[in-house]
Amino acid sequence: MIQQKKSSKANLIFILGLLVLIFVLEQVIPSSSMLLTVIKKSAIYALAAVSMNLLNGFTGLFSLGQAGFMLIGAYVYGILNIPVADRAAVYQYFDGGVIQFSIVDGLQGVLGSAVGLILGVLLSLIIAGLVAGVFAYLIGLPVLRFRGDYLAVATLGFAEIIRAFFQWDVLGPVTNGSNLLRKFANLDDFNIVSGGRVAVHLSTTVLVLIVVACILVITLIINSTYGRAFKAIRDDEVAAEAMGINLARHKMLSFVISAFFAGVAGGLLAMYQTTVQAMPFKTAMTYEILLIVVIGGIGSVTGSCISAFIFVGASEWWLRFLDMEKYNIGGLNILRPGFRKVVFSVAIMIIVLFFRKGIMGESELNIAGLGRWLKRVFTKKKAAPAAAEEGKNHG
Amino acid sequence: MLKIENLEVAYGGIQALRGISLEVPDGKIVTLIGANGAGKSTTLRTISGLVKAKSGSVQYDGKELLGLPSNKILEAGIAQIPEGRRVFPNLTVLENLKVGAYLRSDKAEIEKDIKWVYELFPRLEERHWQLAGTLSGGEQQMLAVGRGLMSRPKMMMLDEPSLGLAPLVVQDIFSIIREINRQGVTILLVEQNANMALKTADTAYVLETGVITKSGTGLELLNDESIKEAYLGKTRT
Repeated sequence: MIQQKKSSKANLIFILGLLVLIFVLEQVIPSSSMLLTVIKKSAIYALAAVSMNLLNGFTGLFSLGQAGFMLIGAYVYGILNIPVADRAAVYQYFDGGVIQFSIVDGLQGVLGSAVGLILGVLLSLIIAGLVAGVFAYLIGLPVLRFRGDYLAVATLGFAEIIRAFFQWDVLGPVTNGSNLLRKFANLDDFNIVSGGRVAVHLSTTVLVLIVVACILVITLIINSTYGRAFKAIRDDEVAAEAMGINLARHKMLSFVISAFFAGVAGGLLAMYQTTVQAMPFKTAMTYEILLIVVIGGIGSVTGSCISAFIFVGASEWWLRFLDMEKYNIGGLNILRPGFRKVVFSVAIMIIVLFFRKGIMGESELNIAGLGRWLKRVFTKKKAAPAAAEEGKNHG
Repeated sequence: MLKIENLEVAYGGIQALRGISLEVPDGKIVTLIGANGAGKSTTLRTISGLVKAKSGSVQYDGKELLGLPSNKILEAGIAQIPEGRRVFPNLTVLENLKVGAYLRSDKAEIEKDIKWVYELFPRLEERHWQLAGTLSGGEQQMLAVGRGLMSRPKMMMLDEPSLGLAPLVVQDIFSIIREINRQGVTILLVEQNANMALKTADTAYVLETGVITKSGTGLELLNDESIKEAYLGKTRT
C-alpha cells in the first residue's frame, strides 16, 4: 500500500514534469513546428484510444463506434461555439441556422475574456461528452445485447449512421448539413497576445492539460470498484454475475463513459482542426484508434498514450520522407507518394505478428517501477563480473 | 433455512427438474449427489437466480427467492461458488477477493474479511499479488471459495469443488468446507465425488434425472446398498 502511494506520487511528478517540458518547448520552438502538431494530435488520439481501451480492453466489449461518438462531440462543440455575428456567414445556405447563441462568447461577455474562454470551453467540452453519452445510451439499449464480433459490427454500423445523420440536409439549420462548421473558439485563442504578437504560447499546454485530466479520471474509474467490476465482466461474465454484478448495467455504464470521453476527444479535435466536417470521421478513424490501442497493449492506459504518440508521429512526420521522390538514393526509384502507407502497413503487420500483446501488454508504465528496473539492470551488469571473479576463486 | 418445494425447471423442451423438494437447515452441511445431467447444477443455478424456474418455490427464511435477480439473492445471504472455479484469470488474487465483496461498501469490515480468508487459506496471502490465472487448480478452488466468502454469506452453495483436483487437495478443500461450516455458514454441496460428499454431509439427497429418489443422513446413504452400487463403486458379488 505504502509503495503504491509512493509510486503514484512519482507518476504525478513525472506527468507534471512532462507538462512543464511541453510548456517550455512551446515557448522555445516556432508554433508551426511539426513536433507541436504531433504532440497536439497525439494527445487527442491518446484520449480517444484510452476511452476505447476502457471499453475494449477493460470491459471486454469489442466496440467500433468511437469515430461516431467523436463526431458527435466535435459537432456539439462546434455548433455551440460559433459566435452569433459569424453565424450568417457559416450557415450561409441555411439562413444563419436556428441556434443563435455561443457559449464561449456569451460567458466572455459576462465574465471577461480569459475566464469566459476557460469556463466556456470546459463547459462545451462537457456538454459535447454528455451528448455523446446520451447517444451511446440510446444505441447501447439494443446493441449491448450482442457480444463479440456482432457487437463490433453493430457499433460500426451505428457510427456510420451517425455520420450520415449529421450530414442530413433537413438538419442543416443545426448541423450545417455537409458544410464546414468554423470560426468557433479554438486552441490558439488560449495564447496570450500582447501588442499584436503572441507573448505566451499556451495552445499545446492547455490541450495536453485537458487530456491529462480526462485520462486521470479514466484511470481513477478503472482502479475503483466499478473498474474491478468491468474487469471481472471481461474475464468471466457468469462468475461476475454470480458475484452480484449487474451485467447489463455495468456494460452500459462502461459504454456511456467511453462515449463521453470520446465525445470530449472529438470536441478537442474540433478545437485543434479549427473546423468540423463529418467527412473525416469515417471508420478509418476508428481503425486508427483501434490500431493505437492494439499497438499500445489492450488493457494498458499508458500503452495507449505511448503508442498514440508513436503512431501519430510516424504517420504525420517521421515517415514523411518515404513519400518524397527527392530522397531517392542512387537511381533507386521506390520513394514516391503513397509509399509511406506501404511501409506503415508492413510495420503494423510485424507488430501484430511478433508483438501480439503490444508495447505494454497489460501492464502500466510506472516511474518507480522503471527506476527499480533500471537499477536492477545496472547492478546486474556490475554484479556479473564480480560473481565470475568469485567463481574463479572458489575453483 | 432454505426450503425448496416442487421446483420445476426446463430448458426449452427439456425438463431438467421435475418437481423436487428439499430443505437446507441453518448451520448444516447438505449435499446433493447424482450422475451427470441429473439436475444438480441446475438446482444451484436456479436458487442463485441464474436460471429461471418454470414453477415451484424457493424460500429462504420465509422469503420467496424465485424471480429475484441474482444480486438480490446474494444480498439475501446466499453465495454460489460456480462449477469449474471460474476465478477471474487476469485479476490478482486480492482483486478477485475484492470483486467477491462487490455488493458491500463497509471498507473496514471488508479488510477484516480479507484477513479472515487469508487465515483460512494462508496460501492465498502468499500469492495475493499474483494473477489468478497463474494459480494451480487447487489454489484457484481456494480462491473461488474465498471469493464466495467475501460477500459474507449465511449460506454458501458449492458446485463440484473437487472437479479436476488431486485426491489430497480434495481432502484439504473438504476440511476447509467443514471449518467454514463450523464458523456458522450453512453449506449446500453438489458433488460427483459421492464418497467424500456423504462423509462430510449432515443430510444428503440423491438426484436422478430431475427427481429426488433418496434422502437421509450422510451416514445412512453411505451404507445404503443401492447407493453403494450406483455411486460408490461397489461391484456385484
